[in-house]
Amino acid sequence: MSTSARELTVGMGAGGLATSDMVLNIGPQHPATHGVLRLRITLDGERITKCEPIVGYMHRGAEKLFEVRDYRQILVLANRHDWLSAFSSEIGVCLAVERALGMEVPERATWTRTLLSELNRVLNHLMFLGSYPLELGAITPMFYVFREREELQAVMEEIAGGRLHYMFNRIGGLRDDIPAGWLDRAAEAVATVRRRMPEIESFIVGNPILNARTKGVGVITPAMVEQYGISGPIARAAGVDVDLRRDDPYLAYGELFSPGGPGRVITRPEGDSLARLEVLLDQTHVSLDLADACIEKLRSLPQGPVNVKLPKVLKVPEGSGYAATENPLGFNGYYLVSRGEKTPWRLKLRSASFNNMSCLGEVMEGELLADMVAILGSMFFVVGDIDK
Amino acid sequence: MNSGLLGYLVVLGVTLGGVGLFTAAMVVRRVLAPRAPSGAKLATYESGVDPSGGDWQQSGFRYVAYAFLYVVFAVDAVYLFPWALVLRTSGLGIASVVEMGIFILVLLVGLAHAARRGVLSWL
Amino acid sequence: MSVLEIVLRSVAVLVCFMVLPLVLGQAEHKVMAHMQGRLGPMKAGGFHGWAQLIADGVKFAQKEDIVPRAADKPVFRLAPAVSMFSYLLALVAIPFTPSTVAGDLPASLVYVLAVSGIATVATLMAGFGSGNKYAMLGAFRSAAQLVSYEVPLILACASFAMAAGSLSIGGIVHAWHPIWLLWQLPGAIVLLIAATAELQRPPFDMPVADSEVVMGAMTEYTGLRFALFLLSEYAGIVVMSALFAALYLGGWNGPFDGALGFVWMLLKTAAVAFVVLWVRMSWPRLREDQLQRFAWFFLVPLALFQLALTAAGVIYTA
Repeated sequence: MSTSARELTVGMGAGGLATSDMVLNIGPQHPATHGVLRLRITLDGERITKCEPIVGYMHRGAEKLFEVRDYRQILVLANRHDWLSAFSSEIGVCLAVERALGMEVPERATWTRTLLSELNRVLNHLMFLGSYPLELGAITPMFYVFREREELQAVMEEIAGGRLHYMFNRIGGLRDDIPAGWLDRAAEAVATVRRRMPEIESFIVGNPILNARTKGVGVITPAMVEQYGISGPIARAAGVDVDLRRDDPYLAYGELFSPGGPGRVITRPEGDSLARLEVLLDQTHVSLDLADACIEKLRSLPQGPVNVKLPKVLKVPEGSGYAATENPLGFNGYYLVSRGEKTPWRLKLRSASFNNMSCLGEVMEGELLADMVAILGSMFFVVGDIDK
Repeated sequence: MNSGLLGYLVVLGVTLGGVGLFTAAMVVRRVLAPRAPSGAKLATYESGVDPSGGDWQQSGFRYVAYAFLYVVFAVDAVYLFPWALVLRTSGLGIASVVEMGIFILVLLVGLAHAARRGVLSWL
Repeated sequence: MSVLEIVLRSVAVLVCFMVLPLVLGQAEHKVMAHMQGRLGPMKAGGFHGWAQLIADGVKFAQKEDIVPRAADKPVFRLAPAVSMFSYLLALVAIPFTPSTVAGDLPASLVYVLAVSGIATVATLMAGFGSGNKYAMLGAFRSAAQLVSYEVPLILACASFAMAAGSLSIGGIVHAWHPIWLLWQLPGAIVLLIAATAELQRPPFDMPVADSEVVMGAMTEYTGLRFALFLLSEYAGIVVMSALFAALYLGGWNGPFDGALGFVWMLLKTAAVAFVVLWVRMSWPRLREDQLQRFAWFFLVPLALFQLALTAAGVIYTA
């Protein structure tokens, strides 16, 4: 601490005492950061004057590891950086490779992928719908969302064998076909979750304390969205109407988001924490509708292959390409550069959370320490997705 | 009145008992708890990194205005309790209520003034 | 009153202080679990995990006692004891039946309000003695909280005292009449909210908000010292619930209160404590400045309105 002379004025109101600021570390081991994110906060009283996110505590070198794995092995890694959107992250790699190969994926596989992506999105959103109130001190919603998650986890586990890291995608399709009767069970799980959603909403929607804590807190402007490359529900809560499922359709989203389809893009103009939470809530409903549409479609599709027979050694022709998907947390992109080897020369991962987090310094400035968690929780990040 | 003063003997007894309880708890801890101090363990917790800044820092305490208000109203309460106690029995009547009302009204005007000046918003 | 009687009464208070918070803590475990679709503790002691908190206590005793290097050691070590004394001493003046009160103090209401304020001193000691930033922020917050809830609390209590014409809790219960449930309702609302804030229970648990300041003033505490803080927190819930039950719900008054007065008082206390626990499961926490605005712009005016209402009633019936 500096011992330089301080100006000392005692008074009430805006004048106040001249004080030195306090530097406070929030994280890497702090209950608010659910992971190992670190924020270096400069405090004046409880007012945040500066906030600096320090990332990298969980860096696992995913991109470097990609370069020494063949494409099938890459999938195992690709679903690990964002452990709440594992299936969607697998899709990105598959799309990048399939596009580079010019491979045609069977329609049945495409619709199944879409269905599982949406179920994965619901799982992800439910998690944040529970963890956000928890950070604001409400403990119970967490248990409610985990009950719903369990319903969906059960069908995901039945089809993929995994509960978190599904590893169900293969280049060119899926590992297995849908088990007999699974579609009925999936439809039932979706219906159950939809039926119970009001119970979760009753904790969140219209709660005066929650509103007081989140309304007008941590406002993100459309300009900041463009500046920092923010995407996903956070961008849409700031009024930026962007959703790759509609704007750059992949899988079967072109049909789902066509006019008259069940796909809707949820936006909010406010840009504050409450808006982010509301977007998440509404998106959950949309995803449940999309899942239902996928199930209906899959029922009408004839039996057929769900993958493409691959050569023993899969080599991607020389060239480069970018495949981005609308992951639950935002854009997730893979820039694939191949030199014709069985491993990529470079596979750049553009993860949603990293960009979304980068605006924290600007958003936090001038807010209160108590609002820090309200903002941090509403940024919906996964630390693995930041640090890669 | 005598029994009332005797009540304080129980307070004294409980105080002594509490001291005994705390001492006993600390003795139990001495006997049962392991002791293996290490540098990292004795360091101040700051989210798993070395604490930044020195031990002593000056920092803004932002509740001064509230503290003033608190003192004002707490002193008010000191006058309030005796009056409240005897209102029913002594036949002070409506006049004392009006007087008390004026007294509190002055404080409320002060509170309203403070609010209008923005003292009650977080600095 | 013989020396033996004083000793017996003191021991009874100490036993209550050791047992009631544990019962409440166990109830919280179970109530919370069942509200969240869980079972809660089921193993310790066999029957529905009844001995869970005893097991916790044994475990706390075996934990290493760490006093950080940067701590102000005497202050740090003494803070749990100070916190323990506040509600322990308050328990002395809580009447369970007209004759069952450990120490019959002439102005027990003022006494309970005074000694329960000691808990904040302990929090400040812990916060400033720890040499930890989270602890200090927590202590700041609890000081800020004190200045916001204490005034409404005192004003609400003054209204009950005025209605009864007595400063003794027992005297107030004697003067209680069912009409109070309506007449003193605004004051009761203020009392319940302010008591929750004093106890630092959700939605007013900002001083110990885990996601912001880790555990507030208690961040650096381990083992038995930490357990003493927890014990006094739950003892605080017991005392404040009993106070609310006595002032507003009529304490031991009820059918057959000659024989069952004790039961009525315990039932009413348990009901109030249940509400305090229930709130924790349902609501997120407020922000410190929101509580302060709420206190000064809603609770204080409401409490003053109650005072006026009570004064009018007293004058009318006198």
